[in-house]
Amino acid sequence: MLRLISPPVVILLLLSGCRGPKAALEEGEWLPGGETTNTLLLGGNAFLRPAANLTPENEQDFYSGNSFFNQGWVEAPASTEKRDGLGPLFNARTCSGCHFRDGKAEPPEDGKAPFVGLLLRLSIPGEDGPEPDPVYGAQLQDQAIDDVPVEALPEILTTEIQGSYADGTSFSLLAPEYILHEPGYGDFHDELMVSPRIAPHMIGLGLLEAIEDSRLMDLADPDDADGDGISGRLQLHGDAQAIGRFGWKGEAVDVEEQSAGAFSGDMGLTSRLFEADDCTDAQTECHASMSGGEPEVEDHILDLVVLYSRAISVPVRRAADDPDVLRGKYVFGELGCGSCHVPSHTTGSAALPELEGQLIWPYTDLLLHDMGDGLADDRPVGEASGREWKTPPLWGLGLVDDVGGHTRFLHDGRARSLEEAILWHGGEAQASRDAFVALDARERTYLLGFLEDL
Amino acid sequence: MKTTRSLTVLLALAQVTACGGSGNSKVVANYAEIAEASYADSIETAETLDAAIQALVADPSEATLTAAREAWLDSREPYLQTEVYRFYDGPIDNPEDGPEGLLNAWPLDENYIDYVDGDADAGIVNGTDTIDAASLEALSGKGGESNVATGYHALEFLLWGQDFSDDGPGARPYTDYLTDGSGTAANQDRRGQYLTVASALMLKHLNQVYTAWKDGADYRSSFESDGDGGVEKILTGMIVLSGFETGGERLQASLDSGDQEDEHSCFSDNTHRDMVQDVQGIVNVWTGTYTRLDGSVIEGNGIYDVVKGVDADLAESLDAQITTSLSLANELQPPYDQEIKAGNAEGNARVQALIESLRAQETLLEEVFVAMEFSVPVVE
Repeated sequence: MLRLISPPVVILLLLSGCRGPKAALEEGEWLPGGETTNTLLLGGNAFLRPAANLTPENEQDFYSGNSFFNQGWVEAPASTEKRDGLGPLFNARTCSGCHFRDGKAEPPEDGKAPFVGLLLRLSIPGEDGPEPDPVYGAQLQDQAIDDVPVEALPEILTTEIQGSYADGTSFSLLAPEYILHEPGYGDFHDELMVSPRIAPHMIGLGLLEAIEDSRLMDLADPDDADGDGISGRLQLHGDAQAIGRFGWKGEAVDVEEQSAGAFSGDMGLTSRLFEADDCTDAQTECHASMSGGEPEVEDHILDLVVLYSRAISVPVRRAADDPDVLRGKYVFGELGCGSCHVPSHTTGSAALPELEGQLIWPYTDLLLHDMGDGLADDRPVGEASGREWKTPPLWGLGLVDDVGGHTRFLHDGRARSLEEAILWHGGEAQASRDAFVALDARERTYLLGFLEDL
Repeated sequence: MKTTRSLTVLLALAQVTACGGSGNSKVVANYAEIAEASYADSIETAETLDAAIQALVADPSEATLTAAREAWLDSREPYLQTEVYRFYDGPIDNPEDGPEGLLNAWPLDENYIDYVDGDADAGIVNGTDTIDAASLEALSGKGGESNVATGYHALEFLLWGQDFSDDGPGARPYTDYLTDGSGTAANQDRRGQYLTVASALMLKHLNQVYTAWKDGADYRSSFESDGDGGVEKILTGMIVLSGFETGGERLQASLDSGDQEDEHSCFSDNTHRDMVQDVQGIVNVWTGTYTRLDGSVIEGNGIYDVVKGVDADLAESLDAQITTSLSLANELQPPYDQEIKAGNAEGNARVQALIESLRAQETLLEEVFVAMEFSVPVVE
């Protein structure tokens, strides 16, 4: 296949004879999901494809699950009995409302409610760590069915922060602040803690679930014993000490818990894991509303949605062997990005046999890291402090724009580009961030080009 | 804000040069002509429906209600054939202003619109919000994403009502629209207003898409000048409609759930025709032929001719598979809700056969996609 060189690359070629060192292309890098990788892409559908090696039976279930992921849940009672029970309080009517085409969400353009795709977690300090707000629960629902008051109308206010690279090029960042207007159930608690969370893209979740515990334990370095300034910590749950892999602070141990949690918290739909609607005692109208069944998401349907969420494939790299992409990969290594965004793993046993034994390239260690004051939400969850976040995977980043028509990144979507996302890094990543700022324009372009190829 | 996408551009350039040719541009131009004609036919039938709806609201009777229902059924035939123009961010469903969600979203949040069994006061009809075009469009966005207050299925619900019958569709009485005091249900005037406004909105949205596909329009021109990029989009629409949408989301999901109303046109029991016309849309694009409402035929080169030039055997396999899909779709027996019912082995088998054929068709279309180098080549 003929490859042409794009204009910016041509300019760089002309300007400079020395173009910097390249990293080697490694075996398997083209296919970040191993044998499950989607090589068709199909434009804006790039995150909608089933794992390429899915059996015909599982592929049928995949499409069935997709239907419940993609199409609306409606208020009870409705003719579509399998699909009713929405609310009473909710953030979205469909899974795909936040995960549009299985992609990443963006903050509302005008900063005003409803915040589709960006939710606000709530808690107050308690004796044994943070607990849900007694009136408003564990997350703010800014939508409700008729006759039930919404919890509040949140708004984002932003402040612009100016900065510049070592070479003098300036940049600006947007720092968000969250205001809650018109509380629907009385004043908020004095010590209310609010943490914004953007809906991430849905690719490769079953593969992340299948990385062996022992691998993550090996990567963990809670006391920074190796003295590299990076102290990855596991989010652990319950007596079994299960590793939290999903959610921005590792709140859920597996795809099933994450999916059922989203049905419950985000859409107000009960399931076998969350049997009661997300109404607190103070929310009487919420309790009085009609149910769409016991549970509203039947077991069979939950299973289909979970299978679907596990089996969404990771897209192929588009230009893994491009010299400039390999130069970017070299910079990625030099800056130490890979200390937390660990490039590759091999999966162990998995919920779906198709996902087992795959060499995958998610660029994450699934561990908690201190990301500094700038990104801190000051709301601890389990093992995670108010400054720690779980390393998100980087695969698919370059297709977020094709799928969702935006380039908003980080846990609350504050970064308007990959470049801004890097510049927000602090805490354990401060040294890497500073090294990025010290790069010249050409090296920065290489790094961003590499990230965009993931 | 968009990032620079030099790599995407690079790939797109590479694809354009991979297998160009004037033959393919004729296919793309013929496709655009069929798209324009299909939307024009959709508008024509929607205008007939709009007139029938106005007649029903002006003079509610068994006859005017029946006429409006028939006009709705007729309006579905050309529209479903346009679904193959979805899935590549074209005029119908680009994320910025594509009206697909306002036209054809499902399932319907019916109690957001009008009364339902168990809640006589439900919906906008029985509320106090102003009912006009601006408010219905705004209310459709109230759930953050469309919660379906508009489009074909909203009209369907207002014409048929909920379906509680085993062997027939919904049975809303025409008296729901009588405003002389003798009517059934409350707020007959608001119901009539809702129906009228929603119908007008549907025409507006259809016109928006038609205008983009009209000969000489910006979108049409850029589509036609996109060379093999156009073929890639056409194939993307065919692939996603075959497997993901029709075979998967509509047929497989409803068969799995076995829920009587878990079907696309659940109030009118017209889902079997939805499936036939969805597949017919694919046939139109494949053969490059479209029979218009007035009986005239647009004929030209279709995707079949493109594939034949790449891999003649693949073209014949696909031709046979698409023909099979159409005939299997035609074998579905109305009402579809009985076809998917648990225990109806014959009906279930007919649905299953169509699913399998559509999946086979999807796989073959994916082979075309790969053969034409639209997929990403992995060199290792």
